[in-house]
Amino acid sequence: MDLSTTYLGLKLKHPLVVGASPMAGDLDQVKRLEDAGAAAIVMHSLFEEQLLLEQSAQQSYVDAFENANAEAMGFLPKPAEYQLGPNEYLEQIRKVKAAVKVPVIGSLNGVTNSGWLDYAAMIQQAGADALELNVYALPTNAEDNAATLETRTVEMVKHVKSKVKIPVAVKLSPFYTSTVSVATQLVAAGADGLVLFNRFYQPDIDIEQLEVRHSLELSTSSELRLRLRWLAILSAKVKAPLAVTGGVHTASDALKAVMAGASAVQVVSAILKEGPTWISKTRDEMKVWLESREYASLAQGLGSMNLTRCPDPGVYERGNYMKVLRTWSKASLGR
Amino acid sequence: MSDKTLMVVDGNEAAASVAYRVSEVIAIYPITPSSNMGEFSDEWAAKKLTNIWGIIPTVAEMQSEAGAAGAIHGAVQAGALGTTFTASQGLLLKIPNLYKIAGELTPFVIHVAARCLASHALSIFGDHSDVMACRQTGLAMLASTSVQEAHDMALVAHSATLKARVPILHFFDGFRTSHEVTRIQKLSDDDLRHMIDEDLVKAHRERGLTPDKPVLRGTAQNPDVFFQAREACNSFYDACPDIVQASMDKLAARTGRSYKLFEYEGHPEAERVVVLMGSGVQTVRRTVAALVAKGEKVGVLNVRLYRPFDAKRLLSVMPKSVKTVAVLDRTKEPGALGEPLFLDVVTAFVEDWPVAMPKIVNGRYGLSSKEFTPRMVKALFEHLAGSDIKRRFTIGIVDDVTHLSLPIPSEPFNVLGKDAHQALFYGLGSDGTVGANKNTIKIVGEQTTLNVQGYFVYDSKKSGTITVSHVRFGSEPLDVPFLIEEADFIGCHQWEFVDQVDMLAHIKKGGSLLINSVYSPEDTWKHLPVEMAQQIIDKNVQVYVIDANKVAAEAGLGRRTNTVMQTAYFSLTKVIPEEQSIGSIKKAITKTYGNKGEHIVASNIRAVDNAIANLRKLDVPSKTNGHHKRPPVVSPKAPDFVQRVTATILAGKGDLLPVSAFPIDGTWPTATTQWEKRNIALEIPVWDPSICIQCNKCTLGCPHAAIRAKVYEPELLKGAPESFKSTTFKAEPFKGKAYTLQVAAEDCTGCKLCVEICPVKDKSNPKHKALDMVLQRPLRDAERTNYGFFLDIPEADRKLIKHDVKSVQLLQPLFEYSGACAGCGETPYIKLMTQLFGDRALIANATGCTSIYGGNLPTTPYSQNKDGRGPAWNNSLFEDNAEFGFGFRLTVDQHRDHAKALVKQLSGQIGDQLVSAILDANQDDEAGLEAQRGRVVELKKKLATMGATVDVAHLTQLADYLVKKSIWCVGGDGWAYDIGYGGLDHVLASDKNINILVLDTEVYSNTGGQASKATPIGASAKFAMAGKATAKKDLGMLAMAYGHVYVARVAFGAKDAQTLKAFVEADAHDGPSIIIAYSHCIAHGYDLAQGCSQQKAAVESGAWPIFRFDPKRAAAGEPPLIFEAGTTKGSLKDYMMNETRFRMVEKMDPKRFALLLESAERHALRRTETYEQMAKMVVTVHGGTQAPATTEAE
Repeated sequence: MDLSTTYLGLKLKHPLVVGASPMAGDLDQVKRLEDAGAAAIVMHSLFEEQLLLEQSAQQSYVDAFENANAEAMGFLPKPAEYQLGPNEYLEQIRKVKAAVKVPVIGSLNGVTNSGWLDYAAMIQQAGADALELNVYALPTNAEDNAATLETRTVEMVKHVKSKVKIPVAVKLSPFYTSTVSVATQLVAAGADGLVLFNRFYQPDIDIEQLEVRHSLELSTSSELRLRLRWLAILSAKVKAPLAVTGGVHTASDALKAVMAGASAVQVVSAILKEGPTWISKTRDEMKVWLESREYASLAQGLGSMNLTRCPDPGVYERGNYMKVLRTWSKASLGR
Repeated sequence: MSDKTLMVVDGNEAAASVAYRVSEVIAIYPITPSSNMGEFSDEWAAKKLTNIWGIIPTVAEMQSEAGAAGAIHGAVQAGALGTTFTASQGLLLKIPNLYKIAGELTPFVIHVAARCLASHALSIFGDHSDVMACRQTGLAMLASTSVQEAHDMALVAHSATLKARVPILHFFDGFRTSHEVTRIQKLSDDDLRHMIDEDLVKAHRERGLTPDKPVLRGTAQNPDVFFQAREACNSFYDACPDIVQASMDKLAARTGRSYKLFEYEGHPEAERVVVLMGSGVQTVRRTVAALVAKGEKVGVLNVRLYRPFDAKRLLSVMPKSVKTVAVLDRTKEPGALGEPLFLDVVTAFVEDWPVAMPKIVNGRYGLSSKEFTPRMVKALFEHLAGSDIKRRFTIGIVDDVTHLSLPIPSEPFNVLGKDAHQALFYGLGSDGTVGANKNTIKIVGEQTTLNVQGYFVYDSKKSGTITVSHVRFGSEPLDVPFLIEEADFIGCHQWEFVDQVDMLAHIKKGGSLLINSVYSPEDTWKHLPVEMAQQIIDKNVQVYVIDANKVAAEAGLGRRTNTVMQTAYFSLTKVIPEEQSIGSIKKAITKTYGNKGEHIVASNIRAVDNAIANLRKLDVPSKTNGHHKRPPVVSPKAPDFVQRVTATILAGKGDLLPVSAFPIDGTWPTATTQWEKRNIALEIPVWDPSICIQCNKCTLGCPHAAIRAKVYEPELLKGAPESFKSTTFKAEPFKGKAYTLQVAAEDCTGCKLCVEICPVKDKSNPKHKALDMVLQRPLRDAERTNYGFFLDIPEADRKLIKHDVKSVQLLQPLFEYSGACAGCGETPYIKLMTQLFGDRALIANATGCTSIYGGNLPTTPYSQNKDGRGPAWNNSLFEDNAEFGFGFRLTVDQHRDHAKALVKQLSGQIGDQLVSAILDANQDDEAGLEAQRGRVVELKKKLATMGATVDVAHLTQLADYLVKKSIWCVGGDGWAYDIGYGGLDHVLASDKNINILVLDTEVYSNTGGQASKATPIGASAKFAMAGKATAKKDLGMLAMAYGHVYVARVAFGAKDAQTLKAFVEADAHDGPSIIIAYSHCIAHGYDLAQGCSQQKAAVESGAWPIFRFDPKRAAAGEPPLIFEAGTTKGSLKDYMMNETRFRMVEKMDPKRFALLLESAERHALRRTETYEQMAKMVVTVHGGTQAPATTEAE
């Protein structure tokens, strides 16, 4: 059974890709992922804001004590190898690239223009096969209206595209007023693919300590629904290949995503929970499923259930909510 | 540098650069001002730089200088080329091995940044008292006068020792040469190879001990042979001077830099000649040149090789015309006929001077880096021309007691070339001024043909340090090792200095002043104190203004104003053409900040571009128009001594104080930090009584005793200042009394530790806590008044204070406003100790941070209560502090026992009731102590009425010892784990009631963060740059092994109640006690405001297990150990990732870090499990029953 797919111009043996996660930070883990059959590996994000913070912290809490005392020119050693900035990340890309044969996709979350552009070029330089732009920033200023922010993102993508040669995907948030409009503009700006959707750190409140806490919970299959809808809609509206991320835990989840239009299926939570072998297991299950249903290849089912091809497109659209409710109430009444 | 043979370095780097490249084994131990030589070696080894044989030398840090000396003795005996670096007390510790190395005629060089020895006081600064203590060891002694010479003589020493077989002590002046930055000619590896004779290396190796050719050294000899055998080395000493000279000649032939063992400069027929060694030679040289140019017959004789002393050579270069010789010594040997160099010179003259004997006199100068300037040299030569020449004199001070000092005119004597440019920069340690100036010197030194010189002066505070940079540029050589007296340019990098420092005392007429000012030029003028404005008018100073804080902040640099001020300096002075300088600064920024990240580089570049645009000239009006006068240095309420002496030192004019101003024996009053109002906090905490829960955790955590709590009678609020806050106290036994939490606004350092500790949040606005940080300046005046009122409120009755955290914080701290770093993790423990026991405490303090913020002049943080009681404090050494405190205890016990015996003996006269009350007194609590103090008063009254017998007199003298004293040995981990461990162990093994407080920062903090045995696995520290590979020594476990020792490991930020219990129990334990206290430190590399949460993380992750081991519990049949860390909840990695010292290792080498982390986790687990097991163990009483004290008289 041919499970192969093409995502961002990369030929993949099958659609199961390791999504952006700390897993790429551990070389042994990376090798295990490849051994388990991962079709590609997305690096964790390079966060420009974090680099910025680290650099100012160094200035305030280390450098400020240099040359400030007769008895000590400083209080920590100054090894040349200790460099702040993106090197650690870039070095990790290099190492991952050297360790595996499958494509490696860099990921970047910038805050400044120069950050987006320079780091994108550096990630390419470090050997990434493609780049995922993690564009999420939370606007809290009243002056930042949707149009401004969307234009800014589109412009940024344009600039990054002009700066790098590797394919560029944009990882979207699900909270746009008009996701199709934004997606269309991004693809027009040169985005080679879109990733649906970012899962964010969600704040929680500690009512004892009166503190905001945040943590990232692992995803569940129920999160896939939102993504299926937008995969179905966008795969019908935009030319670029799509990847799903968030909520794929089983072979049938993956198949649904492909049928909704995903060329690649990014998985993190399931692998974290079950280990790298989840990949081979799921791949094999997909294969068995497709074979038993006599599919010619996975490609045959790609996008089969999208907005234009599915038998009942209305379900994806506005009526959806009402209908689900009615179905549900009918079912419960029937009991 | 286009020219690879040039380099801009300081003296330490210059010497180490040679020593490293010609050595195989280097044994090191940190001590100011020589630490950097070891640090450089360690850094180079880490960078895999090789010696001239292509091999990386082995650099080993030892536990003390004695250890380093032993190790290097072993290394050279085994046939390696070895070297070591040290200074001062460290050199003293090496002396026994120096005798051995010399006695065994072993080629070896020790490089010494010569530093003062501690006598009446410690000083980190330079003089020759340390090296002069080695002149009897048998080492040759070679002196350098400058940074270039420190480089060249290092090589001469390593070269000559191989041939001479006499080991050589190479020294140069601490700080003045070791820390002066200048441009020198670099000796290449080939130069070094040219000088190091391979045959001699081979010969040395062949003498090395090896079982392949066994020999024996280090025999014990008897009266029959020792003497003769000792004389057998004589010929080597006879030959040594020629060999050293030959090495110098060989160097001269290769480099053109010629040196002589004794070098004379000056008038060929000089009548007055000064003889001296070290950097002072340069000062005299320049003065002599200026005086000879004026026709005076003067000269200077530079002694380079001091041992073996080649008298013939000395006399051969001395002009026969000389009538007066003044020998200057940079050391003091009280009681000697003369100082050592003088005695040698006199002997040389007496034995061999061919013509009429000149008058030879002896002067002391420059102790502890005291300034030695052309002005003084000129005065000396004038004095030598007079008729009434002092045989013994001092120069550079005013001695109004023994009248030894020579009078010095106040006007400077310029010896610099016409084009010399001199600039002074006043900055704060934290604003980066010194770093920027070092950069400036590098830029000019590397990119122009101008000579450069930089020397940096720091005050002795660790927070809010004022730095003064002395920077010179010029086409003539800048071998001028003295401070700038008349600057062409002065940079005032902090606005506050206009009120604090008399900067313009040092400006040339018509010089330029650049002020970092928040005001416009016009408003700046109005805000300057009139004294300064008048100086500007009188000296025709050109004034420029820039708001560097704004420019820096806008560029994203926060309070780092250095780049802005540096750019403005280049723009104003045009030391190099502006276009070139701006480009150079930017290049330097990219180089300096390159590894700190692209944002920092970009921000600095932005700051450069914006600096020039924001620079304004101030048109100086013809008269002052402000009403603002400089505030007095100390309050007029301060005691007389503080007004006369302390205030003068605080004003930066300590050099002017005469001998008579000083205590004769190093005794100083305590409680003087209260008079030094530093106002260094940008923001201070402000209290909201309405939500405060009165836990007093903030006051416990405050490193500077700058936030305090009091309970008092509500009626005392009458007459309180308007903004004075108060609320009702809620807890017994003071329920219903008034309660105030007051900030000492002018003493606070703004560290925010209290705010971070504060557990209370406003329920409707949790951002608001019971303490919030607010700008200090607008609150300063009101809070000064409030704090004054607060201090006058009587302290709570100590008898009513329970031993819980909330209550003990109502006790008066007797350690306040120290110069420790903002957010210091050590001082809260010391403060707590003084709250509990300060009124009866003797403190023995190991050298280190604790002794610097505890005992460095000008002011003293140990203070006194209203009865005048408080900690008595002394610092002996770094290595002997436990023994020092042990001595305190022996005396206190001796006095107590003597007093008790006398009380018994005189019981008939004193009265049985009082006698038994005194002898049977229970002094376990404050009530008992107060009662006993009352009895002692009563006893003294009785004694006064009794006949004046010897016994009565003795008892009167000793009666106060009937009140219990608490002895504390305080120090850091460098002391307790490393250099002082032997003594500490001995004291723990004793049965004496001594309390040891180890403030464990896990590195040598004071000397700059070198690794100690307390450094945890995985942490990067100097001498363990790649991350320490072995586990932290478990000092607590070692102490517990004795069984009779009270041991606690604490972290107040994690469990303050446990910390408090440990202190109370340690004091109560009638035997040795040790408390090992987690102390967060700037050497860990994070915001210390988070210190307490980091302590918590340390405890919860297993990095810092806390426990208390009380032998008393063993006696009661319980397990003596209470393990209080519980099972580990937190992740060790999370704890480590918060600190740069660990993060650095991860960034450098993630793989290695992963291994270290794994190992650290294993160790943490092993420790936790061991402690858990031990906490279940009931042990038989072990050492708990003490034999009655043998000293007690029956």
